[in-house]
Amino acid sequence: MSLLTPDTGLLFWMILSFGIVFVILSKYGFPVIIKAVEQRKAYIDNSLETARQANEQLANIKVEGDKLLAQAKEQQNAILKEALAEKEQIIGEARQKAAAEARLQLEEATRRIREEKEKAIREVRSEITDLSIAIAEKVMKEKIGRDKEQQNIIDRLLDEVSFSKS
Amino acid sequence: MNWKTNKRLTWAILLMLLCLFTPVRAASGDVDVQDIVFSHIQDAYTWHITEWNGKEISVSLPILVKSEERGWDMFLSSHLHHGNTHHNYYIATEGEHTGKVVEKNRKGEEVRPLDFSLTKNVCGLLLSCSILLFIVLRTARWYKKHPGEAPGGFIGLMEMVISYIQDGVIKEGIGKEYKPFSSYLLTVFFFILINNLIGIIPVFPGGANITGNITVTFVLAACTFIAVNVFGTATYWKEIFWPKAPIYLKLPIPIMPFVEFFGVFTKPFALMLRLFANIMAGHTIILALTCLIFITTSMGLAVNSGMTVVSVLFCTFMNCVELLVACLQAYIFTLLSANYIGLARIRE
Repeated sequence: MSLLTPDTGLLFWMILSFGIVFVILSKYGFPVIIKAVEQRKAYIDNSLETARQANEQLANIKVEGDKLLAQAKEQQNAILKEALAEKEQIIGEARQKAAAEARLQLEEATRRIREEKEKAIREVRSEITDLSIAIAEKVMKEKIGRDKEQQNIIDRLLDEVSFSKS
Repeated sequence: MNWKTNKRLTWAILLMLLCLFTPVRAASGDVDVQDIVFSHIQDAYTWHITEWNGKEISVSLPILVKSEERGWDMFLSSHLHHGNTHHNYYIATEGEHTGKVVEKNRKGEEVRPLDFSLTKNVCGLLLSCSILLFIVLRTARWYKKHPGEAPGGFIGLMEMVISYIQDGVIKEGIGKEYKPFSSYLLTVFFFILINNLIGIIPVFPGGANITGNITVTFVLAACTFIAVNVFGTATYWKEIFWPKAPIYLKLPIPIMPFVEFFGVFTKPFALMLRLFANIMAGHTIILALTCLIFITTSMGLAVNSGMTVVSVLFCTFMNCVELLVACLQAYIFTLLSANYIGLARIRE
């Protein structure tokens, strides 16, 4: 049956054309395409990996930023607290100082007042002494004029004074 | 939407009328179905296109022969039409070489010269090879021009098919060492596919029954046979001549080695026959179904129009099936080739 017997001419042409097609395609056809597809695949994989890493880094940066922010807040709080404490302390100190100053001033004032008082008392006393002496002089002058006895008293007094002076 | 339905209805009625009247005009003489079918699925020296008003429209193809006595000769096949003789060559009408170019030698015997004619199948083969080269090289050129880009359209389709065959068939079938066979298997796949598809096209440059020709499938199967056995590993040969089977199956009568060795040849033989039979059967069925119309012309209008409708419906269905078979057979041939090569690449 001629259907099942290979034909020489067709066999020759088939081997020739299939051989040529195979050689050309295996040199310039399929390897080029497959290589290009594989390169593209590698490129896409790389890109995806890079993107993933970038995303990860971004997430890391965000976390770090959050951490930094929290730290800053904490620090701020601490500083505020410290400042508050310092303020309280300064106020307290100022108050204490003021109180001490006031006390000192008060003491000074009382001391001065006392001094003034004493001075006044002294002045009054000397005034009184002077007055009493003047009065006494006047009294004395009248008495001495009339009586010899008085002369004696004056003498004695003079003696006393000169004695105390010597 | 109503006018659209109306339009469809009109077309349907027109087609029905066409079905009713055309067969009546075609009815002239008996139809030799066997002749029609065989003349199509077999090779021919002229490419018959159609017949118009009793005149044959065909393309004459060059005949290239080498006679043992007279050397090379080349002429157009139109010189041999209707039993004509040219340079002592003629087409045999009976005997061993029916339908082939023969010559009478000095003794008056009918002998066959070496025939390298560009027959219908050869022309179809060259045409599909050119198309295949054009398609694949254009795809490759696109990739060279656009490195790192993703293609669309036809190039994208090609990439999808190539990737599918590469990843799903070749890598799966052969395993790690698939690289040296990848180009061969891809070439085989696209070669078979494009020949199958062009074979389905019924008008002129298509329709040649190339993959349904035993010579073509024989060459393809022989290539796979070579790829399997030339690159087979030592383990593969050991498995053939000393397979893992109970000892009484190997000695004293080597039953298993014989079976295994026989298998070396039956595998490519099955490849060859499967592709040939599938494609040839597809062509035969479609032709037979078409001939149904012309056979029934003598049975009256009612039977004929009924058979025409049936024939057109079945032909449409068969063409769809053939489209599937065209892709499937290319796939199966590649898949089995890859598996056979993979089996021959086994290592301990």
